[in-house]
Amino acid sequence: MLKNRGPARNPLMRIPILSVYRTDTGKKYAMAISGVVLLGFILGHMIGNLHVFEGAHGGEYRIDEYGEELRELGIQFFPRTLVLWAFIRIPLAVAFLIHIHSAYSLTRSNRAARQTRYQSPRNYLAADYASRTMRWSGIIVLLFLAWHLADLTIGVEAVNPDFVRGSVYHNLVSSLSRWPVWVLYVAAQLALAFHVWHGAWSLFQSLGLNHPRFNQFRPLFAHTFAVVVTGGFLAVPVAIALGIVA
Amino acid sequence: MDLTLRVWRQESPEAEGRFETYRAVDVQPDMSFLEMLDILNEKLLTSGFEPIAFDHDCREGICGSCGVMINGQAHGPQRNTATCQLHMREFSDGDTLVIEPWRATNFPIIRDLVVDRSPFDRIITAGGYISAPTGSAPEANLIPVPKETSDAAMDAAACIGCGACVAACPNGAAQLFTAAKVAHLNLLPQGGPERRSRVERMVETMEEYFGSCTNHGECESACPKGISLDNIALMNREYLLSKIRSR
Ligand code: FES
Repeated sequence: MLKNRGPARNPLMRIPILSVYRTDTGKKYAMAISGVVLLGFILGHMIGNLHVFEGAHGGEYRIDEYGEELRELGIQFFPRTLVLWAFIRIPLAVAFLIHIHSAYSLTRSNRAARQTRYQSPRNYLAADYASRTMRWSGIIVLLFLAWHLADLTIGVEAVNPDFVRGSVYHNLVSSLSRWPVWVLYVAAQLALAFHVWHGAWSLFQSLGLNHPRFNQFRPLFAHTFAVVVTGGFLAVPVAIALGIVA
Repeated sequence: MDLTLRVWRQESPEAEGRFETYRAVDVQPDMSFLEMLDILNEKLLTSGFEPIAFDHDCREGICGSCGVMINGQAHGPQRNTATCQLHMREFSDGDTLVIEPWRATNFPIIRDLVVDRSPFDRIITAGGYISAPTGSAPEANLIPVPKETSDAAMDAAACIGCGACVAACPNGAAQLFTAAKVAHLNLLPQGGPERRSRVERMVETMEEYFGSCTNHGECESACPKGISLDNIALMNREYLLSKIRSR
């Protein structure tokens, strides 16, 4: 059984970057690079969230102002939200799509590589829970993302009936005060933690970034990143549950 | 010691396989795993049954022919050890050993525990060599090689091509094998002139047959020769650089 990889019929595949993406190794690069973009995003998002704890100044919640600052990025030169869309939202969406597409297609290739599974139980030595559940943690995060956008970014009536455009603090508190939503957020953060735990070190391997002197710091970086980001994200729902933020 | 063996039996590539249970009695701790199978096979033969087919040749851990899954681990429970070098002292009286062949789509089972590993030959044919007329060996010191580099290349060259990396990998990927071969040649000056075409051809051939690496690290722990995951990073880097520079 050979995987079907004849010469590219699609002329687009003559474009160098696409011809690299066509290979599994190329998809691993794409996975890693889009992963770096997404890691940068979640770190920024987590730090931004901490504005919740600054409460209100002069009747305006600090996080509401922060939301507006993001929409007004580059307002001196560009229309409102243009910079947000062009430099944050669209690149993020592209990174997400690449990350998902490469994951999907690599998963298919991996399944094909072992059509008959082991008939006796495997005894894993190195593969940890995080590495073996990347696909599941990824899917959970993706589903969560859909909810999260509907809940707090777009404000879909059915998802968040109390949504008030621009009132980040109010939306956050009213949404997370409903316990099923709270559970969903916390569960999704844990899935994200597992995903980052493995992904943030794996990307170094995929991109060939290794050196005897810094190899030991790669898992350390990944695990610290996962813990810090998850801790920061969880701070908000925990504070709401404890009534510190209300 | 007495053991219970559950061994995968399959008459031919197309046949349905199944686990058969055997008793191995009076197993000595000093026996190798393959000797234990030899003795069982002799008993099977003398009582008119088909012996269990398994691959082996050197029985000293250097040829890479042997290799089965023992209790869900490639080459069994001892690290850095090929099946032929595994001794029965690793087990204790009353243990049950489940013995299964490597499983990968492109390692089809030929019979019982024997699989066809010829895709590895395809990968080597694609670039696992140096195409220079060698003649007689030149004076070794004419080509200076830093100690660290020659150590790394020698460590990679220890790969015996047994296929345990593919067998152990949850994705059925052959990155560790291919990377060891790429690293062994690309690190040394003799492999330099062809390093770009070598890594491209070997990686692309590998991808025709096997899955892709998700950095679980199972291959590294299964490898009887302790080949390091660092080689995979090196291969990924060589491939990337080669793709960038060849355009
Ligand atoms: S028989 Fe040669 S390596 Fe085991």
